[in-house]
Amino acid sequence: MTDYRLLPAGDTALTVEFGDRIDRQLSNLVLALARCLTEASIAGVVECVPTFRSLTVYYDPLLLPYSVLSPRIARLMQGLHATEVAGRRWRLPVCYDESVAPDLGDVAARTNLTPAQVIERHSAPTYHVYMLGFLPGQPYMGDIANELALPRRQSPRMKIPAGSLAIAMTMTCIFPSETPCGWHLIGRCPVPLWDVRNDGSMPLLRPGDKVGFAPVSLGEFEGLVAKAADGQLVATPCDDVRDAAA
Amino acid sequence: MKPSLHVVAPGLLTTIQDRGRFGYQHLGVPVSGALDPVSLHAANLLVGNPPDAGALEAACVGPTLAVEADDVRIAVVGANAAIDILPGVAAESGRSVAGLQSVQLRRGEVLRIGALTGANVLYVAVEGGFDIEPMLGSVATDIRAGIGGWQGRALAAGDRLPLRQAKSGQRGEVCLESFFVSPRPRIRVIKGPQADHFPDSEVAAFLGSEYTVGPSADRMGMRLTGRKIAHSRGFDIASDAIAPGSIQVPGNGQPIVLLADRQTTGGYPKIATVISADLPALARLPVGSKVSFEAVSIDAAEAARRDYVAELAAMTDKMVPLRRAGADITAHLQECNLVSGFIDAAA
Repeated sequence: MTDYRLLPAGDTALTVEFGDRIDRQLSNLVLALARCLTEASIAGVVECVPTFRSLTVYYDPLLLPYSVLSPRIARLMQGLHATEVAGRRWRLPVCYDESVAPDLGDVAARTNLTPAQVIERHSAPTYHVYMLGFLPGQPYMGDIANELALPRRQSPRMKIPAGSLAIAMTMTCIFPSETPCGWHLIGRCPVPLWDVRNDGSMPLLRPGDKVGFAPVSLGEFEGLVAKAADGQLVATPCDDVRDAAA
Repeated sequence: MKPSLHVVAPGLLTTIQDRGRFGYQHLGVPVSGALDPVSLHAANLLVGNPPDAGALEAACVGPTLAVEADDVRIAVVGANAAIDILPGVAAESGRSVAGLQSVQLRRGEVLRIGALTGANVLYVAVEGGFDIEPMLGSVATDIRAGIGGWQGRALAAGDRLPLRQAKSGQRGEVCLESFFVSPRPRIRVIKGPQADHFPDSEVAAFLGSEYTVGPSADRMGMRLTGRKIAHSRGFDIASDAIAPGSIQVPGNGQPIVLLADRQTTGGYPKIATVISADLPALARLPVGSKVSFEAVSIDAAEAARRDYVAELAAMTDKMVPLRRAGADITAHLQECNLVSGFIDAAA
């Protein structure tokens, strides 16, 4: 039986908390319950928000009072297993050239590694997308190699470019749009993660997806950025990014 | 030319808002929407729109808008403000009108709304609404993500907001004589979701103290100043979702109530959550207001929400034809288009 707590978040939201830390097992439970709830399509559930360690269920209490929703969630929990939710696999090109990686040298110095070792250790793993948040379509991916784990920068930057690839604590992230940011910038990804303004489009990455990084040169990066600007760069799962024009 | 409202002056922060963008929080998209959905509802009803339609939300200082359509019917609801209808862009004075009523403006006339007092925001609804495509199901503006509303941003001078209707409908004007704003001495909350991150004595102190709405309140959050709240085990938590009305306590111990433009997730413990029935009343409070909180049960919160929804539904029945003083009958007839040709004759 899975341990969990039901935490009311006001009268229109309920958080199902599986634990208090960032953990793959907990994430799998969160995503499994999210899928269960979606499949159950309970009248009165407005939406579900998965995070590292909890699932928040937004609901309309006039259609679905807490006294009805909470036992329904308890019943769903009985059949829940922490099986890995099948996510799509991606391999995204990223450029670690120092001209687009302003913190690479600093990260190397603080971790007693060379910049090449930082790149090698960052690009080796396949990451799990825990959740989207902070900006529309922004994936929190982990876990990064222990030796790369650093607290956030002391002074956040006021503005970083869209596509910035960054690390902080145990996570790595690509920022889909320009934003203030306190993470360490170690590269740039040319593939657009989500143009929210393009109506009908959806974010590239979803919770549960698996993401690997393919280092590219600055020249290749600039070519891919130009293609992306023309709408000619299309990423597809389970494969390398393809040039749609080719 | 497309019927529109020409933004002569944008006000301090005027955005298009509706009830918000639901169903995309799992993708990191904030809900946004009106800070005060009760006033939005009323403004829309007065001009005959669906109650959730997109309208202008103004903060601090209202906009000045010139009519570039045959005529438009508008209603202003929310904070107190001087509302003047000027005969043209160059005019300095005109007739002043009250809020909580519908009023017709003709081509070339200018609606000028002054500084807001008594509440944080007001709404300007236009009959037929703005001709703007919803984004992810809503026309609410999310300035941070740059989506929705008018070009994903606050209004700027020179904007022309397209209208769905070139002419207002033929009907008399209406007003709301009473208007429920759920004024409560204490805002009701449900404890949690992270009340257990605070000693019981600190939760009690939070509920027993009076707070002041701080100067940096915005659409994302209302910063409160007052009794500092201490955490029992640090102020960093692994991010979880942020419900509307969540009261988070960051490291400095000063609570922040998360409002419409809150991010979908965040990493501070949340001591309590404002109940949905009281959130509009809280969000309406201007800077410097005093506020205190009381904890209620989920059952009590659900009962309060039923009352809130019933009051919103009853608002339609509280609309009455606008009564006019005798001296004002000519203007009234003009507005009702009952004496066509009168203006030419008088000119």
